[in-house]
Amino acid sequence: MNRLSWFNTVSLTLGFAFLYIPMVILIVYSFNESKLVTVWAGFSTKWYGELLGNDAFLSAAWVTLKVAVLSSTFATVLGTMGAYVLVRGGRFMGRTLFSGMIYAPLVMPEVITGLSLLLLFIGIGIERGVMTIVLAHTTFSMCYVSVVVSSRLVTFDRSLEEAALDLGCSPAEAFRLVTLPIIAPAVISGWLLAFTLSLDDLVIASFTSGPSATTLPIKIFSAVRLGVSPEINALSTIMIGIVTVGVISASLISKQALVRQKRDEQAAARAQ
Amino acid sequence: MRRFLLIAIPYAWLTVLFLVPFAIVFKISLSDYAVSIPPYVPQFDWAEGIMAFVRELDFENFIFLTEDDLYWKAYLSSLKIAISATFLTLCVGYPIAYGMARAPEEWRPTLMMLIILPFWTSFLIRVYAWMGILSNEGYLNQILLWTGIINEPLTILNTNTAVYIGIVYTYLPFMILPIYSALDRLDGSLIEAAEDLGCSRAQAFWLVTIPLSRPGIIAGCFLVFIPTLGEFVIPSLLGGSGTLMIGKVLWEEFFSNRDWPVASAVAVILLLILVIPIVLFQRNQQKQAEADQ
Amino acid sequence: MQSSKFAPWDDPDAKPLIRFRNVTKRFGEFTAIDNLTLDIYEREFFALLGPSGCGKTTMMRMLAGFENPTEGVIELAGQDIAPVPPNKRAVNMMFQSYALFPHLSVWDNIAFGLRRDRMSKQDIEKRVDEMLRLVRLEKFAKRKPHQISGGQRQRVALARSLAKAPKLLLLDEPLGALDKKLRQDTQFELMDIQEKTGTTFVIVTHDQEEAMTVASRVAVMDQGQLMQVSTPDRIYETPNSVYVADFIGDVNIIKGRATPDGEETYRIDWAEGQQPLIAKSSNGFASGQTCHLAIRPEKVTISSERPADAANALQGRVHDIAYLGNLSTYHVELPNGTIIKAQTSNTRRISRRTFTWEDTVWLSWTATAGVLLAD
Repeated sequence: MNRLSWFNTVSLTLGFAFLYIPMVILIVYSFNESKLVTVWAGFSTKWYGELLGNDAFLSAAWVTLKVAVLSSTFATVLGTMGAYVLVRGGRFMGRTLFSGMIYAPLVMPEVITGLSLLLLFIGIGIERGVMTIVLAHTTFSMCYVSVVVSSRLVTFDRSLEEAALDLGCSPAEAFRLVTLPIIAPAVISGWLLAFTLSLDDLVIASFTSGPSATTLPIKIFSAVRLGVSPEINALSTIMIGIVTVGVISASLISKQALVRQKRDEQAAARAQ
Repeated sequence: MRRFLLIAIPYAWLTVLFLVPFAIVFKISLSDYAVSIPPYVPQFDWAEGIMAFVRELDFENFIFLTEDDLYWKAYLSSLKIAISATFLTLCVGYPIAYGMARAPEEWRPTLMMLIILPFWTSFLIRVYAWMGILSNEGYLNQILLWTGIINEPLTILNTNTAVYIGIVYTYLPFMILPIYSALDRLDGSLIEAAEDLGCSRAQAFWLVTIPLSRPGIIAGCFLVFIPTLGEFVIPSLLGGSGTLMIGKVLWEEFFSNRDWPVASAVAVILLLILVIPIVLFQRNQQKQAEADQ
Repeated sequence: MQSSKFAPWDDPDAKPLIRFRNVTKRFGEFTAIDNLTLDIYEREFFALLGPSGCGKTTMMRMLAGFENPTEGVIELAGQDIAPVPPNKRAVNMMFQSYALFPHLSVWDNIAFGLRRDRMSKQDIEKRVDEMLRLVRLEKFAKRKPHQISGGQRQRVALARSLAKAPKLLLLDEPLGALDKKLRQDTQFELMDIQEKTGTTFVIVTHDQEEAMTVASRVAVMDQGQLMQVSTPDRIYETPNSVYVADFIGDVNIIKGRATPDGEETYRIDWAEGQQPLIAKSSNGFASGQTCHLAIRPEKVTISSERPADAANALQGRVHDIAYLGNLSTYHVELPNGTIIKAQTSNTRRISRRTFTWEDTVWLSWTATAGVLLAD
């Protein structure tokens, strides 16, 4: 076991170093004084200042946020419905097609999704802008939400719903009072997933946005095509920071809930 | 009525925004190029009827794709890059997944979180991070020059090597997670049984651990291979002019050449190429789900 | 069935196959095995019996090579086995979970160990077929483990661990996953196979009935120590401690004070206002020493009249009757509240039962029926 754990230590250390060193470098060099990003010239926060003064970035960030909130909310509603239909819908016409349409966008190359949606929007003559990006993002992220929620619904004890119906709930009440509270964590993580996917998306947004709406990834992409820039480093650091705080606090909250549940169970067991 | 709405709303949404767009792509891939907005002449008009459509139907754009060897090369080189990058990701990811599965129980949630965390950070930023590392004056070359391993800076950025590094880096979590979950479920007494029956550690790993983690390996490989094949961001930021990947070709055909019919034809063929691995992947997942029951 | 001649443990010249010599095993602070010494002989069917956490599984894992003793020596055929890794030991193990490789067929599972020995193809085929015949699974060779029943899986695991003809076969709760009926059939099958192959078997179990059925000798363990090592009949008839008496089967324990009363005979005062009990014992007791009289329910006779010649007779009231089909156990409450269990065979139909609830009855037993144990 000792020799093995030596091997494991090395592979874990190298693996995590590989995953994290690029990001650490990015963060460190965002505080670089010099315009030349690869040469260290002393500590400075001036690039953050410049970033905050850059209206193009700020308005792109605002558009991105708007798109992400709207599309992830729509996607959560539609995706939860889709999951419920998939798991509990029973048999209906075109069920196979439906489940195909839920799973296909997950494996579809983004370039194809983007291209096809653009052609649709042109075909029916919608002007491209924030609305079209929201529609596009809702479509592909609702499928992710569906997968997350349906995996929870599959393990859900059906007799709980039956008990609610037995006690006099209508099907809608049973869903609202019993099913929804229990699958809520999956719905929330579905929303978070949809939100990040939307924040992250470059390709689909590039196809479906018009001149009036530029999202942050589009802005970043056109900037970094020209090479590494300290402003982008600063922006990346802010984004990494937000995500890190979000993920760590989410995992702490869920861990705390788990610890509390375990403690309650132990207390209950002792009380017996 | 409620049930009808419940089914109808998501159904209609996906039909209009997913299925219909595909039909349009397919249709336009059969159209002729025209300098106008939109830059194509629709081949199909309801008024003329289906007969006329069939009469005038030509696979001009597809024939064009076969004639211009740029496309063939792009498809082949995408396949080659995707396959090699998937294999590289497996080689890097398997030891990490194995180490995680053998780590003390109380560490595992933290390790899991550390694997998932990069997945939540922007894809674009993660690719961008490597631009600073791999460029001629980048951090990697600085270190290598400083330690005296090389005398001349290495050209890595804008080559296929950089594309491989980028793919392995960004898709690593997709490889690690399914393999980890397969290894985590592996019953430790199977390894002991193999040793008891005369296997050395290495033999037990080869004869028991690897075959039993195979569903995870297959799932991980598909999860890396399928999106890599149509990848656009990595080849356009890290790759050079010599890096041919079909996602990038499609993008340029569309945005630079504005040849929509050809872009659509490229998309249709890419989709046809993807159908095979997707079907295989589905079958693997299904088989595993059945085995779990 | 156990031939009375097979008793190497009584032969001072017999060489044990396995020797545990002052073996201690600690996991951090926890002592799993505490300075334990034990000999197991060739061709024995040896059972390690005890509640969960008593250290029996640790003993087995040390024999298989998955754990090494913290102190002391384990010898196999006279050689210290500590430096030998599990894959080089002539010891095979049948796992509690069976640990059948799910990706291999029944046939390949059995051949797995043979292939590691670089046996020729024909020899492997011959041996696997022989093993399949032994466990009567010829028809299932091509199946995967999840395509056969639990009882069949158990037999595959047995065949796999026997295929390499080990000097010693370890069985970790081999029948734990089977239902009761199948378990009983399989017990006899195990004994048959053990006799046919002549392999030494060490079985770990928490089921005392199973240990008593299959084993030539049983070691009762508790908290890392051996409480008693003996043949099943001696463990049952002459347990050496209250723990063993209580662990094996059903027993009445009466606590009292012994007073010598003739040769190897003691008078036991056990309750105010009750007649003292008489018991014979070869264990010496001082006058006034605290003792426990352990008496099996089936050795207690129940009758409506006081038997004339009984050494011990007590009157009580039937408090409860447990009807088990072939047997009935009467719980009889004595005037001081003590409950004594008495068991009788139901040779008559239940409607003709002599005693019923609340009847006043007499319980009696001979002076040699019980075992007198020290504190």
